Amino acid sequence: MEGFPAREKVEAMCKERTTSRREFLRNCVAGAVAINTAGQSTPSFPGRAVAPPARSRVSIARDPLLRGAPRRETGSSQGGNRVDPTRILVLLDQAVHGIINAGDPSGAWTKAVRPGQRVGLKVNTLGGRGLSTNVLLVEAICERLREAGIKASDIVIWDRDSEELERAGFRIRSGGNQVQCYGTDRVGYSDYLASFGSVGSRLSKILIERCDVLINVPVLKDHDGAGVTIALKNMYGVIHNPNKYHPDGCNPYIADVNALPELRCRLRLHICDATTACFEGGPGFKPQFAWRANTLIVSTDPVALDYSGWQMIERKRAAEGLKTLTAEGRAPNYIATAADARHRLGNNDPRRITVVETQVA
Amino acid sequence: MIPERSSCGISETQDCAGKNEASCALRGEQLPARWPLDRRSFLLKAASLGMAGGACQILQPLRAMPGWAEPARENDARFIVEARFYRKLANKKIKCKLCPRECVVGDRERGYCGVRENRGGVYYSLVHSRVCAAHVDPVEKKPLFHYLPGSLAFSLATAGCNVNCKFCQNWDISQARPEQIPAEYIPPKRVAELAAQWKCPTIAYTYSEPVVFSEFLMDAADAGHEAGIRSVVISNGYIQEEALRAAYGKMDAVKIDLKAFSESYYQKVVVGELKPVLDTLVTLRKMGKWTEIVYLVVPTLNDSDAEFNGLARWVKGNLGIDVPLHFIQFHPDYLLKNLPITPVSTLERARRIAMAEGLHFVYIGNVPGHPAENTYCPQCKHLLVERAGFEIRQMLIRKDACPFCKRKIPGVWHA
Repeated sequence: MEGFPAREKVEAMCKERTTSRREFLRNCVAGAVAINTAGQSTPSFPGRAVAPPARSRVSIARDPLLRGAPRRETGSSQGGNRVDPTRILVLLDQAVHGIINAGDPSGAWTKAVRPGQRVGLKVNTLGGRGLSTNVLLVEAICERLREAGIKASDIVIWDRDSEELERAGFRIRSGGNQVQCYGTDRVGYSDYLASFGSVGSRLSKILIERCDVLINVPVLKDHDGAGVTIALKNMYGVIHNPNKYHPDGCNPYIADVNALPELRCRLRLHICDATTACFEGGPGFKPQFAWRANTLIVSTDPVALDYSGWQMIERKRAAEGLKTLTAEGRAPNYIATAADARHRLGNNDPRRITVVETQVA
Repeated sequence: MIPERSSCGISETQDCAGKNEASCALRGEQLPARWPLDRRSFLLKAASLGMAGGACQILQPLRAMPGWAEPARENDARFIVEARFYRKLANKKIKCKLCPRECVVGDRERGYCGVRENRGGVYYSLVHSRVCAAHVDPVEKKPLFHYLPGSLAFSLATAGCNVNCKFCQNWDISQARPEQIPAEYIPPKRVAELAAQWKCPTIAYTYSEPVVFSEFLMDAADAGHEAGIRSVVISNGYIQEEALRAAYGKMDAVKIDLKAFSESYYQKVVVGELKPVLDTLVTLRKMGKWTEIVYLVVPTLNDSDAEFNGLARWVKGNLGIDVPLHFIQFHPDYLLKNLPITPVSTLERARRIAMAEGLHFVYIGNVPGHPAENTYCPQCKHLLVERAGFEIRQMLIRKDACPFCKRKIPGVWHA
């Protein structure tokens, strides 16, 4: 039979994490701060499975020159193919600054992570080189994490499959004093079954055994089944049986997966890569529907982020003369489910979402 | 006693079960003993245990494989064959025509079953000859009660299933992708050889859901028939008619898990549909396949009088009164751990209702020693086959008929 039940494991894990005096005091302070700041615009980083704040903040940062100046000879208004590594670091800082105001770029990161923690970066590599999390963006995140005191070897870039990571341009590496990068195929899934609502799944051992903190780095994409795939759906890459959770527009499955305690305990920050996004024909890469938005979307609230990302895709679809997702019968209803009283994963009500839009100078 | 399990999540009788029993055998553990006392049965059992022990050895490599090791991708190619039942669509998409779900699958994606993948617009089965569980079982364990009683079945499975029953007792193989669980390469001819080697007159496709490995099943059945070995399938029946006729047309007997008699149960608990399963049963009847039905009775979810009545009436009206119907006791597992074991009185109520409707062969399963495990002549009421769990204590049917009143007893009684 299976190992001990998921709930016990999570409780044991959370217990472990709260036993020290320092941790206890820190949590008290964090709790007090969270209570006092509820309703204010600067969010705290969720360190536990807690109710969403009364208001959520989403930072959308753009850089029209992310790929260099627009090319006159090709008529492109979005520059070349390659993202400028210097500019993407600036774009990342600006996007993160939009949700948490710290004196310097790495200051914001110290609010999300602390030295000694093992940090996982869950990327999305299903779309191959054309439509996966940008390698340079991930390198920029690693740079800021290291500045925040995280050891290189404590950072793991991961997704479901090592081959897919390689196809997306990541270099597989493990061991030594370097940033780690590999897929769950190398280590497998938990022996026990984690469950919430309609979902029962084994979880990646990378998440369970090698991450204290998870930073979600999805891609902004249209999805033929779910409507859109952004932050919430990227967590399908954590479970062993995502194929079971695609019926009915992935609703309520996406919300249920994100409500798994093992995930909620670890998720700190969502950095959505919209440097190249997709407004139709997703989730696979189809060049005709790829969209160089040169944008990053950051939030601590995955529901608010998905709602905002969905609106971006709808605006782009309208500009391209396409029907809305609702008119096509594939509105991403899972976003509302994620916000409901059962899941409480975040806010999907635009009146409760503060969108901070900026542009890199 | 450890409840037996099978693909449908059925706890059938006393034993370790399904894939788990396979694992049990692979670990070299003895099956729980409940030996009949007569000499013939003792010898039969001793022989079967010897074979099971031998099977442990022959399938040792399955056990030896590391649980979650780095996948040996270079070897994956031998498991991959183009799928039989699908249509190509635009933009490298395909529509699967194997089961009624009809997954539309984009390039580099998989269907709901998790074992069929679109690669560049061509749909592939990833589980041909990819056996993740294998064991020598009594055929009563399937359960097939009117098919070669007392014989053995070389039983095997691959990963994957096209539904997601919340009570599945083999979820660790049925709900997994093939690369997530250890497996052995056992091509069709080898399957037939192993069955012959272990004196099994039958190959049984079971434990997970054979619908999803139809290509392998068809090839293995052909190889078996060439070697004089029959094939039976233990299935949820959630399959399209064309695939059903092609794949299960090669079977010598079929057991269908009819999980409930309501669409809402199928939708909520099974994540499937009732209607196509009923259609499958009718088609099998038209095809003349020997078919038995299992109904797992889950407390509070599918155990109402109305449902039992509806089921019995439907069976009588569409399949006839001679189709064996097994009401099986549920044991909590997977995502349904909050419900109790089915009370025996509930199973007896179900049986009463079905027999009152006129069905002749209604059994109770997973309750060892219950008299409703036995076969009685519907005419003279004599005991014809006495069972205790998987054991056959008496088998009195001669020339497919009751030896007392000569009434024909439907089934496949003799090899």
